[in-house]
Amino acid sequence: MLLSCTGVRKTFGDHVVLDDLSLEVAEHEVVALIGASGSGKSTLLRCVNLLTGIEDGIIRLDGEEITNPKINPDLVRQRIGLVFQSYNLFPHMTVLDNITLAPTRVHKRAAAEAREQAMHWLERVGLADKARAFPDGLSGGQQQRVAIVRALVNNPRLLLLDEVTSALDPELVGEVLTMIRDLKGEGMTMVLATHEMGFAKQVADRVAFLDAGRVLEHGPPDQVLGDPTEARTRQFLSRIIEAGRL
Amino acid sequence: MTYAPSERQQERIAFRRRQAVRSVLLAALSTVVVGVLIVAGVTGSPGWPRVRQSFLNADVATKYLPDILDGFWLNIQLFLVCAPLALLLGLLMAVLRTLRGPVFFPVRALATGYTYTFRGLPLIITIYLFAFGLPGLRLQGTPDVLVLGGAAIVITYGSYLAEVFRAGIESVHPSQVAAARSLGLSYRQSMRHVVLPQAVRRVAPPLLNDVVSMQKDVGLISLAGPIDAIRSAQIGQAGSANFTPYVVAAVLFILLALPLIVITDRVTLRAARAQNAGT
Repeated sequence: MLLSCTGVRKTFGDHVVLDDLSLEVAEHEVVALIGASGSGKSTLLRCVNLLTGIEDGIIRLDGEEITNPKINPDLVRQRIGLVFQSYNLFPHMTVLDNITLAPTRVHKRAAAEAREQAMHWLERVGLADKARAFPDGLSGGQQQRVAIVRALVNNPRLLLLDEVTSALDPELVGEVLTMIRDLKGEGMTMVLATHEMGFAKQVADRVAFLDAGRVLEHGPPDQVLGDPTEARTRQFLSRIIEAGRL
Repeated sequence: MTYAPSERQQERIAFRRRQAVRSVLLAALSTVVVGVLIVAGVTGSPGWPRVRQSFLNADVATKYLPDILDGFWLNIQLFLVCAPLALLLGLLMAVLRTLRGPVFFPVRALATGYTYTFRGLPLIITIYLFAFGLPGLRLQGTPDVLVLGGAAIVITYGSYLAEVFRAGIESVHPSQVAAARSLGLSYRQSMRHVVLPQAVRRVAPPLLNDVVSMQKDVGLISLAGPIDAIRSAQIGQAGSANFTPYVVAAVLFILLALPLIVITDRVTLRAARAQNAGT
């Protein structure tokens, strides 16, 4: 397993966000996390990236326990990419500098080489002409694509996507989803928290429904989204259907 | 088809133009009226001839200007050395205060104690303590009062600037740090490449404002003894029984501050525009 979470517990004060959560992700697998707001999707992603500590349980990446306090979390994060709902580009840097920051500073690659790689990616996603622009000059969809590229240039083993289309205007969602679909085609292992059930269906190998801090049920998208076994999942999905999102 | 303003729009333009002309005329008139009132009020006052004699005496001004200028050069040098040092010290203390973890407790406590103490301590007393207290210890290699007084100014202003920097650091949204850390950057690298550049940009106007204030407070070095503009004005006043030398020094300080104030205004305006553009 590329990623395995076992018995993960996370609380914020009295509020238990993740409660004995277990989840396994194989290499080249795409897992979509679905669930109501507050079900712990984002928290799980932040825990896997060690942006926040866990209270119990074990998280392993490529078999190595990354929740071991003795290991350097910076080295773990270098192997995991995380893309945020609100893009979080660095507003004081150009698109190109945003992308080359980690390759040059963390991976100590030559500036020219990092730039070349960044431009290659920008051309691929059709944003080469924005290389010298600042983030506030880009649309939301463009910013999110840059944010994904920024995570990819570190050649991560695992890419975590946290509601990456939730802040986008409807007509800009497509361009980001297309990019994620292409990444799946290349075999990138991804865990994505999403509200886009249609997209989860298309791109995910497996859908995991989070409820009250644990994975209540998981399986192929057709099964979980089409014929869920748990009452809570059916309840959640019927609310989604009511809102016209499935 | 080319655009031509409609009749209604042309009326509006003409109306606005008439309004603009009226506003300019009104502003000019009220400025003249206020100016005349002030000049008449001051020069018409019963004590005016005496005041002019003892504060605005051209002969006294000419006589002491070279000495005051000599002293003023010391103020400028002192300012040019102290300002960067105080900015550096402030930045360092602000960063130290943000460090987390038990290992850094002493550093954090020291930095916090520093900003609390020296923001509360009047600069005059700090200068006295440094310039007259430290030499009293009779330690070998005690620098002269100019350096000690300068140090007092740097340390006092450093404490204010530290708080401004800290406000800037705290104003950078935590999601920026999360993004930097998620890319594998260490705490130090996130601070240096992501947080500080944004923080400094944001607090540039208040930082510059403190620097402007520092520009005049370097004159307090005169309390420690060195002959700067204020001290030589004092000497001139004692020698001529006339306050004009102080006015001369005052004008010099204002002239020195002007460029800095203009820069501060520009930076503030630019920062405000950038902020509005972002929303």
